[in-house]
Amino acid sequence: MKFKVNGHEVFASTGGRPFDKNKPLIIFVHGSGLTHMTWVLQTRYFAFHGYSVLALDLPGHGLSSGKSLKSIEDMADWISSVIDSVGYKEASLVGHSQGCLVTIECTARYPDKIKTLSLMGGAGAIPMNPDLLALAENGDPKAVDLMMDWAHGPAGHFGGHPVPGLYHINTGGMLAKSRTIKDTLGVDFRACDNYKNGFEAAKKIKIPTLSILATDDKMCPVKEGKKLADLIEGSKVDIIDNCGHMMLLEEADRVLKVLKNFITANFPAK
Amino acid sequence: MSDKNKKGPESKTYKFDTLSLHAGYQPHKNAGSRQVPIYQTTSYLFDDVDHAAALFNLERGGHIYSRISNPTVGVLEERVASLEGGTAALATSSGMSAIFLTVMTLCEAGDHLVVSSQLYGGTVNLFRLTLPKFGIKCTFVKPRDTEGFKKAIQKNTKGIFGELVGNPGNELMNMPEVSKIAHDAGIPLIVDATYQTPYLCKPFEHGADIVVHSLTKWMAGHGSSMAGILVEGGNFDWMQNDKFPTMTKPYEGYHGLSFAEEFGPTAFTMKARAEGMRDFGPCLSPQNAWNVLQGIETLSVRMKKHCSNAEEMVKYLLGHESVAWVSHPSVPDHPDHELAKKLLPNGRGSMIAFGIKGGKDAGVAFINNVKLASHLANVGDTRTLVIHPASGTHSQMDEATLKFAGLSHDMIRLSVGIEDIDDIKNDFEIGFRAARKPRLVSNQ
Repeated sequence: MKFKVNGHEVFASTGGRPFDKNKPLIIFVHGSGLTHMTWVLQTRYFAFHGYSVLALDLPGHGLSSGKSLKSIEDMADWISSVIDSVGYKEASLVGHSQGCLVTIECTARYPDKIKTLSLMGGAGAIPMNPDLLALAENGDPKAVDLMMDWAHGPAGHFGGHPVPGLYHINTGGMLAKSRTIKDTLGVDFRACDNYKNGFEAAKKIKIPTLSILATDDKMCPVKEGKKLADLIEGSKVDIIDNCGHMMLLEEADRVLKVLKNFITANFPAK
Repeated sequence: MSDKNKKGPESKTYKFDTLSLHAGYQPHKNAGSRQVPIYQTTSYLFDDVDHAAALFNLERGGHIYSRISNPTVGVLEERVASLEGGTAALATSSGMSAIFLTVMTLCEAGDHLVVSSQLYGGTVNLFRLTLPKFGIKCTFVKPRDTEGFKKAIQKNTKGIFGELVGNPGNELMNMPEVSKIAHDAGIPLIVDATYQTPYLCKPFEHGADIVVHSLTKWMAGHGSSMAGILVEGGNFDWMQNDKFPTMTKPYEGYHGLSFAEEFGPTAFTMKARAEGMRDFGPCLSPQNAWNVLQGIETLSVRMKKHCSNAEEMVKYLLGHESVAWVSHPSVPDHPDHELAKKLLPNGRGSMIAFGIKGGKDAGVAFINNVKLASHLANVGDTRTLVIHPASGTHSQMDEATLKFAGLSHDMIRLSVGIEDIDDIKNDFEIGFRAARKPRLVSNQ
């Protein structure tokens, strides 16, 4: 569905069901340079099981208008504005990679609005490889190739997509190339590299939090994810073997199962 | 080393020959079986009612019924998608069913397609005679008439279809230029790349949006199994205009799902499977999928030999007294020689068309007397194949259609195999001798 936030049109997938304000809201926040489509194997399930779902395209990404936001802090404020714009007072947040930085910061800034936090491939800081950052800021497609290489574990590199016939690396690459690389990936990578408040924000979080990490994640390794989780009181951690950073697609069923158990227990549908 | 010369990080994703062997399959998820297992089953257990509903609603990935998907077939689909540089693929029971599903996913009654005139005879009949029964009309354009593709586009045109190298006359469609024409009109370019395989050409790199293959041919390679596939490039924006409502509007068959919104770069394949395979059902058997996978393992090795043998045969035929003309993109005076160098850098393929002196009677005598080369209606076998199109593959066309498709009565279509080149040439000498004296040596 499309709606306006700060005067700009925003697109969000509602998981294939009409958006219903009487149901609890789950917001999904994608990673650097990507779009709402990365969440398709989680959002549809929740939308069919009692929740209203918004898998957002961040400004300037996917089908959303406007320019990409330049800092994680701006993105965190924007998520709060999204909740206001769709007429809700509270929501559950799910983030992947850069989306984890955004949702951590948002939860720290708006503790009364956010009821549960689910982090996938998250860390307290995501410093960028300087070469990768330069390529992305120059709009070089090689940045996407490198990101797809590093972001995927064995399932991504060999294949074996949970949806028959889909090929991970090329699908992810096409999502990341769907808009101008320097205006999406370049801006996002710089925002990640600049963000230094992750660990401080984590200390402020007092709501149920889940971290899903993967043993073959080269972008946000398990030890970094654990370091973040240790700062969040009562945080649960689930580690997936033989899987890379794109766990939400590479091990979609496992991720959905863990997420479903966590959200339904802590933020139940009516 | 100075910063100026610093190379920087390189992507280490697997390359073509490795993907040919490994893509789409993880042994540790299949009891450690090094070979891809053949899942000879019709259907798959649901964990519970909720799991079943989730699969039917496309909430989760997985298999329901082998008409729609099968794990062995799925490995093949991912493998071909990886080799083509595509986002997704859907395997079918034959190349023709891949084309049919592509058209039925793209079009509705009242729609129109612009189609290259030089195609496999069965494809011509599909577009000329069968699709009009579904209310889908086509305008044929000669493959070299690039401007003609533009002129033929109508308001209701939903795509351009062509073979990169036309069957059987070896005329090339200028894929980069035709793709620009298609994209300017907001419609996709669909390319049948059976003759090339992704080893010789990856059409997505030259502007194609959907690629179809008869996997029966070079991909499987051994003349054993029928199979087809459609592959999606993932770059076409279905939401750029209102031409594709079945891709962009809520679809009643899946609770109001918009394929383009939900699946983006894989939307076409998702729709082709969820609707097309569900409703038409031309599914590929797991055994045939496995046979094709076996063939793909040696694709690059075989294609090198096919192409080197073909180039030897071109030289041989060009110098032969019984041959009136030779058409192959490697021939310097072939009208598309330069375009072929650009689009087919790894080899110009192993399909040769040549004219035999003495016309139809000589052609018949040649075909009837070669012993090593097999006379049959297939191409892309490891073995050398010959046919006389006017009396075989394209025999259902009338005289005018034959002419428009670039066929002549003296034409022999040769699919060069990977036998020893001397043995192929020796066999052809027998055929040519018979062709020079057709009435004396014909075995008819």
